Amino acid sequence: MSADEVRQAGLELGRNDLLTHEQAGSAIFGFWVFLMSDAVIFALLFATYGVMLPATVGGPTPADEYKLVPTLIETVLLLTSSFTFGLASVAMKHGASRRQLLGWLGVTLILGIGFLGMELHDFMIMFSDGAVPSRSGYLSSFFALVPLHGLHVFFGSVWIVVMMVQVLTFGLDARVKVNLQRLGLFWHFLDVVWIAIFSVVYLQGMIQ
Amino acid sequence: MIRQSDRKRSEIRTYVTGYVLALLLSAAAFAAVRWQHATPTSAFAVVLALALAQMVVHFRYFLHISLQRSARDDLQLVLFSAVIAGLMVAGTLVILFDLKARMS
Amino acid sequence: MTDGILPAVLGRFEWQSLPFVRAWEHPNASEIVGAGAGAVVIIGAILVAALITRLGKWRYLWSEWFTSVDHKKIGIMYIVLAFVMLSRALIEGVLMRMQQATAVNSPGFIAPDHFAQLFSTHGTIMIFFMAMPFLTGLINYVMPLQIGSRDVAFPVLNSVSLWLTAAAAALVMASLVVGRFSTGGWSGYPPYTELAFSPGVGTDYWIWAVTLGSVGSTLTGINFAVTIYKMRCAGMRLMRMPLFVWTALCTSILMIFAMPPLTVATALLALDRYLDFHFFTNDLGGNMMNYANLFWLFGHPEVYILILPAFGVFSEVVSTFSSKQLYGYTSLVIATAVITVLSFTVWVHHFFTMGQAADINAAFGIATMAIGVPTGVKIYDWIWTMFLGRVRFTVPMLFSLAFMMTFVLGGFTGILLAFPPLDYLAHNTLFLVAHFHNMLIPGLLYGMLAGYHYWFPKAFGFRLDEKWGRISFGCWVLGFYLAFMPLYVLGASGMARRTQAVFEPSFRPWLYVAGIGALLLAGALASLFVQLWVSVRDRKANRVFAGDPWDGRGLEWSISAPPPEYNFAVLPQVNSRHPFHDGKRQDDPYAPPRAYEDITLPRNSMTGPAIGILAAAAAFGLVWHMWWLAIIGALAISAVVIARSFARDVEHTISADEVQRTEQRWLRAAANAAPIPRELEMTSANQGLAEVSA
Ligand code: HEM
Ligand SMILES: [Cu+2]
Repeated sequence: MSADEVRQAGLELGRNDLLTHEQAGSAIFGFWVFLMSDAVIFALLFATYGVMLPATVGGPTPADEYKLVPTLIETVLLLTSSFTFGLASVAMKHGASRRQLLGWLGVTLILGIGFLGMELHDFMIMFSDGAVPSRSGYLSSFFALVPLHGLHVFFGSVWIVVMMVQVLTFGLDARVKVNLQRLGLFWHFLDVVWIAIFSVVYLQGMIQ
Repeated sequence: MIRQSDRKRSEIRTYVTGYVLALLLSAAAFAAVRWQHATPTSAFAVVLALALAQMVVHFRYFLHISLQRSARDDLQLVLFSAVIAGLMVAGTLVILFDLKARMS
Repeated sequence: MTDGILPAVLGRFEWQSLPFVRAWEHPNASEIVGAGAGAVVIIGAILVAALITRLGKWRYLWSEWFTSVDHKKIGIMYIVLAFVMLSRALIEGVLMRMQQATAVNSPGFIAPDHFAQLFSTHGTIMIFFMAMPFLTGLINYVMPLQIGSRDVAFPVLNSVSLWLTAAAAALVMASLVVGRFSTGGWSGYPPYTELAFSPGVGTDYWIWAVTLGSVGSTLTGINFAVTIYKMRCAGMRLMRMPLFVWTALCTSILMIFAMPPLTVATALLALDRYLDFHFFTNDLGGNMMNYANLFWLFGHPEVYILILPAFGVFSEVVSTFSSKQLYGYTSLVIATAVITVLSFTVWVHHFFTMGQAADINAAFGIATMAIGVPTGVKIYDWIWTMFLGRVRFTVPMLFSLAFMMTFVLGGFTGILLAFPPLDYLAHNTLFLVAHFHNMLIPGLLYGMLAGYHYWFPKAFGFRLDEKWGRISFGCWVLGFYLAFMPLYVLGASGMARRTQAVFEPSFRPWLYVAGIGALLLAGALASLFVQLWVSVRDRKANRVFAGDPWDGRGLEWSISAPPPEYNFAVLPQVNSRHPFHDGKRQDDPYAPPRAYEDITLPRNSMTGPAIGILAAAAAFGLVWHMWWLAIIGALAISAVVIARSFARDVEHTISADEVQRTEQRWLRAAANAAPIPRELEMTSANQGLAEVSA
């Protein structure tokens, strides 16, 4: 478990950086631990969703509310944003121009916002159908789980903006690199949660 | 310099592979529901299996978790978390569905 | 008050929210006790503030303590918080015992609603704001020293956790002064805690206090786990870590994975109450059984979060005060790890009576009994450690012995309760209350107090008074047996827990005995404060600046007492499980290093206190429906976090010269100190230098 072994892909620190490799290793590992703790929260919300799925009490059901095409588009948006974030990581690691890094971050941000926009649109349609959280246990559990993921995407988007500003103010100093690295983990992690959401929530709801 | 750009290219290739695999697996899951042939249970099982595969792809190609030594700590952490989360989810479902069954 | 500015600003606050107004309008004993408690909080706060102002210490406190990111100071602040909250919660326990003793076929002096607040705050505080801060503080102080590190992995985060916990505790205190607290018990079960049955602010106070506390603990767990994983000094392999570090690691892992279920449970309850969701309501498909499930997914691991660090303390104490290495180190490590994993597999034993199938109950009952095995292993290991050792009955050792005997009793009753058919009889009775106090008072409180006595000289440079320590110890032990053994009898005879009035005259004698026990426990706490007072007064005579008063074995004893800000002038290198013990015997541990170097440490930060204050404000706003306050608080927290990520000048350097001066002062003192033989370690002759026998 030496500092060397924990070095992450994409973390190439210069000699004069503020953080030692050891600190950077802890910083990244610590963020992993945080993500896993967060994952437990999502896992329990999935379990709760599973428990409450039958509790539609005569209100809207999954089959009434879920639509295949918007979900598919949202999935593609999010997957693509993960890919573009990957390209941003590569740009950071291999000393590509700042423009290129900011460019990929910007594309990721736009895709993220696109996803949020579509998701909000879905929710509005559900609301106008009377599928509101106060209608049933099932809808409560839906609106705790899926918007929580959306909220994470929202925070991730804010974080991207903050990091873009930091790249502009500080350049790629050690802390910016570490934080971009953490942001990357966060963003890719949200994809993993989304896989579970489109499979367990949306696709399951549309199976006849 | 050559090695540097080689590494860069191979990293980009990793992300491209991950992206393509992820798209394919997602598409397969959506297709399995859109053109559903199987019973609901087996259709859901297919969707779950594809989701699991896709998660592995994401961990492998985007989050760089692998069996290499350098990522061993992270791998152990993820596996332990998966066990605990799995325990909690499975326990919750078993207990609450049992209670539901016994009340109806 | 239907519309207008005032309701928008004040939310649902009204004059009757103040206990003083309530006591004025209905001057009965119960309201007066409530108003008195509120007054104590206000007057106490004013007195403390006045004293600090008088002494001109605000700036000192702010710059040396509140904004500090030094793990040692943060640890001490956690423990101060724990003692403050312990005082309140213990007084509440005594009040409840007095009420039940006087309420046999009579109303007593505390009204039902007030009594319900008492057990709710008592339980909530004891668990979240006494036990958790105490063990977090102890780990914070000791663990980095034991692994040879200069700090934890994320020092600023550490401060944020502290201030979130403090904010949560402040919220519970605020409920004494404005409004009232929850009446739903420490577990806050819906549907009773839903809006339909508990419309007031009480449940909301409980929800936000517990939520802030659990977020703080999650962050602490992450911080500690990463510290132990990544920041051990050279040569400190996992199997060389002191046992306290092992228990700290396992507790942290439990915090990381067991606090989220609590956060989910309270957050979903909050969604029900604030946004009309239906997770746990009676109507529209709510399922309150899922709450019990989620809560105990947290709740059972929580008891091991509480108990494991105490196990670690006992391991250190028993080994030191027997002058022997720990017997069965490996088995203790394995037992700790097994307990950690098993503790995620037994949560159903808290709701055997909810109605799930008998085979589910049986499975969880068996798993529960299985946990007894590793715990038993530990007890044997401690006994073997003492066997043929040079045992000294110091206060920490006395607590360890009392723990071993008392805890085993509690363990027996636990095995009884793990048997589902039997649990059907004892569930919700005082038998259970006796059982968990029988586990938590020895298994948590004695452990923390042993640790407090054991490491106090390290932290402050002087020993605690032995005589008052023994008096306090006697009161804790006697008080415990008197206060809680009768509850087994009462519980087995069918007396329900959480009862404000008693209708069975034959219970009276038992309740009297329990009442006397509770008073003794109050005396035990009072003696601890007296001890602190006496020890501070006589501190000159009891200094142990050289740093090793007990012939310690781990790295924490190899530095001065109190340790310098940077802990270790040169990061240690270890090659055994008892580096300092062996070091003392192999060569001179007080030899100066070849050269000193500049040391870089994190700079103080306002981030922690700022987030704590804002979180308290936001939570208060949520409780009272002062939406403006909640929104401003939440936005301001985000702003602070973002601002912090822009901070760059975050470290300061201690020059090699200064390090050298500090170290030389200590080394000179160590050279001049008289080595102390073990028989005299409890006397003033002890200057912190151990006489080394081969
Ligand atoms: C030291 C003296 C203590 C006294 C005199 C005391 C007394 C009491 C009493 C009278 C009750 C109410 C029993 C009932 O339901 O009828 C109670 C409940 C409780 N106590 Fe203690 N206690 C003490 C210490 C502790 C400690 C150290 C802890 C935990 C670390 C603790 C945790 C609890 C909890 C969780 C409850 C249950 C609250 C509820 O019903 O929701 N107590 N205690
Ligand atoms: Cu339990």
